[in-house]
Amino acid sequence: MRYLPHTEDDIATMLTSSKADSLDDLFMTIPGDCRRTGDLELPEPLTEWELIDRIDSLSRDVASSREYTTFLGAGSYEHFIPQSVSHLLSRSEFVTSYTPYQPEISQGTLQAIYEYQTLTARLLGMEVANASLYDGASALAEALLMALRVTKGTRVALSRLIHPLYRQVVATYLQPTGYEIVELPYGTDGTTDLSSLDTMDDLAAVAIQSPNFFGSIEDLKTAADKTRDRGALFITAFTEPLAFGLLKNPGALGADIACGEGQSLGIPRCFGGPALGMLACKSKYVRTMPGRLVGKTEDVEGKRGFVLTLATREQHIRREKATSNICTNNSLCALAAAMYMASLGATGMRELAQINHDRSEYLKGELVTAGQDVAFSGPTFNEFVVRFTPDFSSRYDELIEQKIIAGLPIERWYPELPHHYLLCCTETTGKKDIDRFVQEVTP
Amino acid sequence: MTESPGTTGLIMNEPLLWERGKRGRHGMSLPRRDVPSAPLRDDLVGDGPDFPDLSEVDVIRHYTRLAQWNFGVDSGMYPLGSCTMKYNPKINETLSGTPGFAAAHPLLPDHLSQGALGLIHELEGFLAHITGLDAVTLQPAAGAHGELTGMLIMHAYHRSKGSPRSRIIVPDTAHGTNPASAALCGYSPVPVKSNDQGILSVDAIAEIMDDDTAGIMVTNPNTLGLFEEHIRDIARVVHAKGGLVYCDGANMNAVMGIADMGAMGVDIMHLNLHKTFSTPHGGGGPGSGPVCVAKHLEPFLPLPRITEQDGHYALLWDAPQSIGKVQAFHGNFAVMIRAYCYILSMGRYLRKASQLAVLNAAYIKEELKDTFHLPYDRPCMHECVFTDKFQEQYKITTLHMAKRLMDYGFHPPTIYFPLVVHGAIMIEPTETESKEDIDAFIAALKAVAQEARDNPDLLRRAPHNCKVKKLDETRAARHPCLQG
Amino acid sequence: MKEISELYLPDDVRYAETHEWIRIDDDRVRIGISDFAQDQLGDIVFVELPKVGDTFGSGEEFGTVESVKAVSELYIPVGGEVLSVNTELEDTPELVNQDPYNDGWLIEIQPDELAEMENCMTKDDYIELLEGEE
Repeated sequence: MRYLPHTEDDIATMLTSSKADSLDDLFMTIPGDCRRTGDLELPEPLTEWELIDRIDSLSRDVASSREYTTFLGAGSYEHFIPQSVSHLLSRSEFVTSYTPYQPEISQGTLQAIYEYQTLTARLLGMEVANASLYDGASALAEALLMALRVTKGTRVALSRLIHPLYRQVVATYLQPTGYEIVELPYGTDGTTDLSSLDTMDDLAAVAIQSPNFFGSIEDLKTAADKTRDRGALFITAFTEPLAFGLLKNPGALGADIACGEGQSLGIPRCFGGPALGMLACKSKYVRTMPGRLVGKTEDVEGKRGFVLTLATREQHIRREKATSNICTNNSLCALAAAMYMASLGATGMRELAQINHDRSEYLKGELVTAGQDVAFSGPTFNEFVVRFTPDFSSRYDELIEQKIIAGLPIERWYPELPHHYLLCCTETTGKKDIDRFVQEVTP
Repeated sequence: MTESPGTTGLIMNEPLLWERGKRGRHGMSLPRRDVPSAPLRDDLVGDGPDFPDLSEVDVIRHYTRLAQWNFGVDSGMYPLGSCTMKYNPKINETLSGTPGFAAAHPLLPDHLSQGALGLIHELEGFLAHITGLDAVTLQPAAGAHGELTGMLIMHAYHRSKGSPRSRIIVPDTAHGTNPASAALCGYSPVPVKSNDQGILSVDAIAEIMDDDTAGIMVTNPNTLGLFEEHIRDIARVVHAKGGLVYCDGANMNAVMGIADMGAMGVDIMHLNLHKTFSTPHGGGGPGSGPVCVAKHLEPFLPLPRITEQDGHYALLWDAPQSIGKVQAFHGNFAVMIRAYCYILSMGRYLRKASQLAVLNAAYIKEELKDTFHLPYDRPCMHECVFTDKFQEQYKITTLHMAKRLMDYGFHPPTIYFPLVVHGAIMIEPTETESKEDIDAFIAALKAVAQEARDNPDLLRRAPHNCKVKKLDETRAARHPCLQG
Repeated sequence: MKEISELYLPDDVRYAETHEWIRIDDDRVRIGISDFAQDQLGDIVFVELPKVGDTFGSGEEFGTVESVKAVSELYIPVGGEVLSVNTELEDTPELVNQDPYNDGWLIEIQPDELAEMENCMTKDDYIELLEGEE
């Protein structure tokens, strides 16, 4: 077994030194009634070549965009990832290293994450960003808990147009705390209806996603002002960070905390994980922020270096009083995002965001021309909702046979919107495939 | 004696990203524009982020140089106690990026995700079998996330019984994530001391277990590297008052194929795929923290569940007692692929892996017990704990020795944990280290101990061979500079 | 770490078991942490202090003091209302290390019961406590 280097001689020598007669001897402190009664019944170990075949065959049993034209977004987006990023990310010094608790031999990870924090803060227009959390949904839950700690309020208001699965995660996290979650409904234009905020008390935070689940761009500035009037913290969420290559960022619009999903930045979809939870906030809240932070400092010879800092917020020191229980985060994904943002640059980010916008607007325009009903009229980014005819579900299944996935039906989360589908179009879907799709759904 | 692995060499300097670059450089191929440009309302458009513009060569050189400043398992031995830094197989890396999986959307209709759902379902089955428990979720993103999930399940269970409780027993050897996760569920941790054998005694638990206590969070083997021998009786005491036993499975690498967690009375446990199951640590993640439960707790597992019938997999969303969701989608699938590959490659050799992990630790313990103080001279599992007591007379601490060890080409062991041992040095070699590498490690530690006597100042100013010298952590905390 | 004999333990303050000191300065009552406490903590990086006007009962937690690797809770030796806090510590927390009994003071209070100070330890009692803890 190539991962187990011990020869029989090695084992014999080491057993003698350890004053044990056999390998079984080493386990004498385990009582009989705590032991397995039989051997492990696992399949016969596969050779590397058999393993390749097995994974290959499983992966063929998944509809991937290699063969399918997929108009699916909803928090998981397809974008081109340059080979340079994949290549750099495979360097084993990044992959096989541990959390940088010994900074002198981890300057690679530490500088890279410091750069990630900086690029993230600049992307979101915020003062400080952390070293990453698990995903956009748990980042939102952590942001809300943070706001509850800061304001000592007991209630949070969440827009119904935040990704439904994010809201489910928030509900799970907040369930044992007793804090109340109030839902903000949406209006006919596909954005959040803020009117109920005017009379809400004891509010710790208001959270709005923009672009929201319907792809619509929210009026974050007005929401920020109203939130401030209630004495609460304004939290903005996002699932598509590329939007900020083109749109005004959360910081410019008054966010106290900005959080969301960074998968679009150089991380493949991979059936939903691993992802990248991004969290940034105003500096005054940094000591109640969850997650790791990398800071700049100097060594004894005055050379610049980087270390994990403000660790007293974290579980290994603060234990039950920590700002979060998070230990392992998603460092390698943050690294991928930094490499991607570095490869794009300011110019590239702007251009790519524009291309994405152009593609989805083209899809939208062509569908309208073909007589389809775009559900919400306001400006959108990358995604929008179409109301197809009631019999569309059988057409949807037929299209799958033709290897086209016509978006995501959203009725299961918005029962008031039957035959409504969320369509997403990024830079990876070309004009030819868009035209073909429009043709296929045109009655 | 051969030379130690640590030496010096040419290491490149590399500035920060924004200290490189020139406006107008391109680092990435952009797709062709083939549709008309669509305008956006003026008031919605921002300036775009203030990123540097870099060429592809800039980016490649930058990160190649940064990588060279790091030390990974592929560089050398990484004996971090409780982290299980075993070798990360490369075929698993390659297969986790299989294009069919890499491009899969998590919300595809069930019949279009059979391969992925099948892999997750089969992996759940393997983990249930290995632990001796009944049902598994792979949704949590890391160990601490699994602990939170476990606490949420415990909380939901007690609510369902109409007996919500407010306290949970946490041993003094527990990892910080244990009380932190419990606190997130509103539980007050009740501490309990380990006995002079370094393990929990039944009486200590019986004294504090009551109807307001949700249960206990044990780590087995514990963070001193010792097997909690009284676990069955402890479980009985906890169960008798209606409580549940949560096991932190971070140290599972010691007992695969040997211990049966279910038989011990464990109701809920988490595993760390990035420890026991060889998925890489990535400099701090992503990991994966599956949670395994006994049958009676299956209804509380996160949504959706994967069901199988006649070789067809389906997602079950209708589970009224489920705690809900802890991540937006199914969990860290790319990490699951690696663990799945590992289990398929090892099969019954998982047991051998545990045996050799324990052998390596026991060997180190015997070889070093005269050099370093061993607080518990008892049979250890996959890790052993020393202290700096013998070196105190030279005014040399665990920290000094850890920093000097880097000059010899080894990553230091875990230091100052568990908290019950003053100046703790926790060594976990794992089974993938050969006898030669372990002998080199032992020799290096002995050399450092010798230097503590002969040349203590060398240790106090260590490390000497690394990219940077000792860093000013005080300054970083007093005047945080968290972005450039 | 200093030996007990190396610690600076003035006579004009009273000490709490949790290593805070309390002193009457003219008509003000000042509170800080002892030389032992600051030495144990190492380089102090951050001090979390209450707001002026906050009130605490005897022995209640009124703040925290942090080094790089540890956090210590601060417990008020005598109950009362906070009259002022040492705002210098925001930018220069190292004052607590350098001068724990003067420039490194933490808070000033209006005590509920000045007589409670008698319950606090004298310097000799405190040294005995430290020797016992060794």
